[in-house]
Parts: sequence; C-alpha cells; structure tokens
Amino acid sequence: MSIQVKDASIFYGDFKAVEDVSMSIKPKSVTAFIGPSGCGKSTFLRTLNRMHEVIPGAYVEGKIQIAGQDIYGPNVDPVAVRRKVGMVFQRPNPFPTMSIYDNVLAGNKLNSKRIKKSEADSIVEGALRGANLWNEVKDRLGKPGMGLSGGQQQRLCIARAIAVQPEVLLMDEPCSALDPISTAAIEDLIHELKSDYTIVIVTHNMQQAARVSDDTGFFNLKAAGQPGHLVEFNPTKQMFTKPDNPDTEAYISGRFG
Amino acid sequence: MTVAADPGADPGVDPKSELISGRGSVGDVVFRGLAVIAATLIMVALAAVFIFLGIEGIPGFSVDEQHYAGQGSFLGLVVPLLFATMYAAVLALIVAVPFSVAIALFISHYAPRRIATPVAYVIDLLAAVPSVVFGLWGAVVLGPYLVPTHAWLSENMAWLPFFDGQPSGNGRTLFTAAIVLAVMILPIITSICREVFAQTPRLHEEAALALGATRWEMVRYAVFPYARSGMVSAVMLGLGRALGETMAIAMIVSPKVLISLFIIGTNNPQTIAAHIAQGYKESTPDRLSVLIATGLVLFAFTFLVNALARWIVARGRAK
Repeated sequence: MSIQVKDASIFYGDFKAVEDVSMSIKPKSVTAFIGPSGCGKSTFLRTLNRMHEVIPGAYVEGKIQIAGQDIYGPNVDPVAVRRKVGMVFQRPNPFPTMSIYDNVLAGNKLNSKRIKKSEADSIVEGALRGANLWNEVKDRLGKPGMGLSGGQQQRLCIARAIAVQPEVLLMDEPCSALDPISTAAIEDLIHELKSDYTIVIVTHNMQQAARVSDDTGFFNLKAAGQPGHLVEFNPTKQMFTKPDNPDTEAYISGRFG
Repeated sequence: MTVAADPGADPGVDPKSELISGRGSVGDVVFRGLAVIAATLIMVALAAVFIFLGIEGIPGFSVDEQHYAGQGSFLGLVVPLLFATMYAAVLALIVAVPFSVAIALFISHYAPRRIATPVAYVIDLLAAVPSVVFGLWGAVVLGPYLVPTHAWLSENMAWLPFFDGQPSGNGRTLFTAAIVLAVMILPIITSICREVFAQTPRLHEEAALALGATRWEMVRYAVFPYARSGMVSAVMLGLGRALGETMAIAMIVSPKVLISLFIIGTNNPQTIAAHIAQGYKESTPDRLSVLIATGLVLFAFTFLVNALARWIVARGRAK
C-alpha cells in the first residue's frame, strides 16, 4: 500500500509542530525518517495511523492518503485506520498480564471477534514465525510476555502487530531500548517483513537508516521553537552519498545533530 | 556533592568542613523523631482500643440472658447482628461499585479535562457530607420516594428472596438504607479508582490503541489489568466504611435482631453499629458490656476484612 502525503501540518492546540510535509511512500518498501530530536519525525509518523490524536488538541491539516483513501476523511474511523496501520513503539510494550500467546492474539480478539482454537493457534504460530520468535518461545507460549528479554519483547510486539495482517507497519525507534545483538535481529526482521508490508521507521541511528531503508526522509528544525519540516526525501543510497540539500549532508556527516 | 576544599588548609579534619556539618542533621533528627512518634502513637491507639474492647467487652460474653435483647445468649445476639452488618455492606457495595468504577473511568479516560475536574471535585465533596445528613435524607426524602419502587419490587420480583413479602409502607427499609450507604461509600471508591486508572502507563494504553482498540477495549486491555489490585483495595476500603457506618442504618430502618434476606419490609435486620448506637444510652452495666462485646466482634471482623484485602492485593502484585 502506498502512502501519499500532501502539505501535511501537525498542530498541538495552537502550537505548530510540523509544517508542510509532502512525500510519497512506495508500497512494500522500507522508509526511514531521520533527524535531530524534537524535529517532529515521531509526531509525523503517528499521524500515519492517527495515534497523535491520543493527545487532546492534536490535529492535522493537509492530506494523507493510504492506498488512495484519505485517512482523515469525514467518515473515517481512527480505530479502523489503526487496524490497517500497525505500530511498534520505542520501548517494548507487551500487555503485562497476558501470556505470550494472548499477547499475539490481542489484536485479533478485539471487536469481540470469536476465533476457533485451531485458527488462533495458526495465527499465533504464523505471527511468531514472522517475527523470528517462534523457535525461542514455542515451548512457553503460556508464560507471561514480560518474562522475555527486551529484544524478544520487541519482537513479540512486532508479532502482535502483524498478527492482524495490517498493510502498513510503523516503527517508532524500535531499537532504541535494545542492545546491538537484539537490534541486529530486529533489522534482519525488517528486511524480511518488507516483502509483505510497507514499513516506515523512525530512527536516531543513521547507520540503521542506511542499513534497512530504501528511502530516507530527513526532518529538521529551522530554529528552536519553530515547527519541524521535511528537508529532503530521496532514495537512501542517494541520501547517504550525494544528498540534494547541504543541511542533509551536514547532518549525515555528523557536523551537527 | 560540593565540598568547599581549600587546598592550603590543614589536611586533617576541619571542624568547619561541610562533610561533618551538624546543621543539616538537626532537621533530620527532629523529623525522624516526629515520624517515629507518629507511627508509635497510632499503634498504641489501636492497641488501646483493642484492650478497652477486650476488658470491657469480655464480661459481656456471659451475662444474665435477659441482657441479650431477647436472643438468649451472646451468639444468638451477635450472629444476626453480624449477618446484618455484612448484608447491608454487601448490598451497598453491589450498588456502589459499578457506579464508582464507571464514574472513575469517566473522569480519568472519557471526559474532557474541563468537565472531569469539576466532576471529580463534586464526588470528593460527597465524602464531606456528614453521615447524619445522609441518614436524615434517607429517612425523610429517599425512603418515601422509593415506596412505589418497593411495591413494584414486591409485585414483580418476588421470586427473589430479597423481595418476597409485604413491602414497607414508608420506605424505611434496608433497601433504602443500602442505597444511602452506597452513596456514602461511593466517593472513596471513586477517588481511589480514579487515581489508579489515571496512573495506567501511556505505553500500555497506546499498545492497545495502536492495535485498533476502541476506547472501551483499551480500558479492558490496558487500564483494568493494571488497576486490578488498586480496585480491590478501593472496594475493600468502601466495605470497611460500610461495615462501620452507623447513622444511615440507625436513622432509616426500624430494626429487629433477625436473620432475613428480605430487604423491603418493615422489620429489618439490625447491624452491630446501629445496635450499639441505639442501645447504649439507656443501658445497665451488664447491657453495656454486651454492647461493647458486639463492638469487639465488629472490630475483629473489620480487621479480618482488611487483612483479607491486603492479602488479595499482595497476591495480585506477586503475579
């Protein structure tokens, strides 16, 4: 599913957090957002599944279309949008009282859907295999999800997100709380998931963006207190070799940020 | 820590060094003393109450049988009283808990802030209304108002033992009293639930929302599991308050010492607290020690309920 963004600005009440973002995200690719802290890349990511609306007073101007459909259209239910656009957070957040098995199924059980046991088993196995976690947890599916290591918990969250078969997967700095080995496992997973999902990832780690993404967007602030904006959006190869914008080059080569 | 070290000074112990300053520690000593005294005092007060109830009450277990309000023995008196105490409190909880949880959720997760704050404030104010006022209101206003409800319940719900019988003509029944009790325990349950609901980690709520949960599903997935042990404590505190509450029952119902599930008639089970309140003025020493003995039973029972609550909460945490 492709994502089209045209002139999107994001507000928290009177405060304009992000200004005039336009981009086109290709289906079944990995798109990375990089930029200094506070530049609005996470905020922008959250507008792609309307999660920013959790904060009272937040709203978006402009147009954001997923697979040709305006997700801010008048009759669009944000709940329905989020079922199509899954999300993985900075810190792993499995439901603490649920077992590994129930965590994976959490999204499928929403909407009071009844699932047959055999069907549930196959969803759980499929999602855990998809998240490269099956072999590590298959013998303890009934144990609490919180008993896993941080990296395993994050893969459990990815399994939970893909169990509902979304079309897009958003990842908000998914590796920032993980050690390098767990990070490598998640990055490998992103490569594999690309064949089924459109993935958008926010990262602080430029090497990570270079390793996992096909396209990269660089966000920046004009000055402190000003809204963030998209400086450049190009194929990752070009961004890291000969970017169009001198600011991008300065950031990537480590001269600021 | 900043240490003002003068390199030229005596390398030995400098009495003016901030490391051994005595000024800050005076406050520490005073505060520590106050804290220890406060903690000790409350234990002493509790022990004193218990000793008083024991010394004054134990003779009440075995006095002449005429002092047991026509029940013949201490057990014959205290068992119906204890039953009624528990019964009234449980009825009140049945009414109060759903309301409290719903109001707390409304305040913490549904209402916009400019509505939530005043609502929370008003609910807290409810706790400041003296129980005598609630008792009066129950007897004079709510009771008569509920008379048609009593008649309806007796006509249509008589297949339940609670409503099977001749309804009261003035509404001054355990049914009315339970509703008044519910209003009285609602603020404490609501405000504790509201606090724990509001502390639900953002991360868990977002986990549910990002999966496409509706607000209610988010509450079930993230808020309730997190708040479970807090909700148990809230309910138990409400139960504790309902068990000891005197005025609402004493002023509303016309009591009898009896065990009965029937709650809309003219004769209603009497609770321990109301029994003491109504009896102690015109009592002989023997009768008084019987009343104190029932108080001892109430004390022990409330203590047990609280211990049980703590055990449930602790078990919930361990998981």
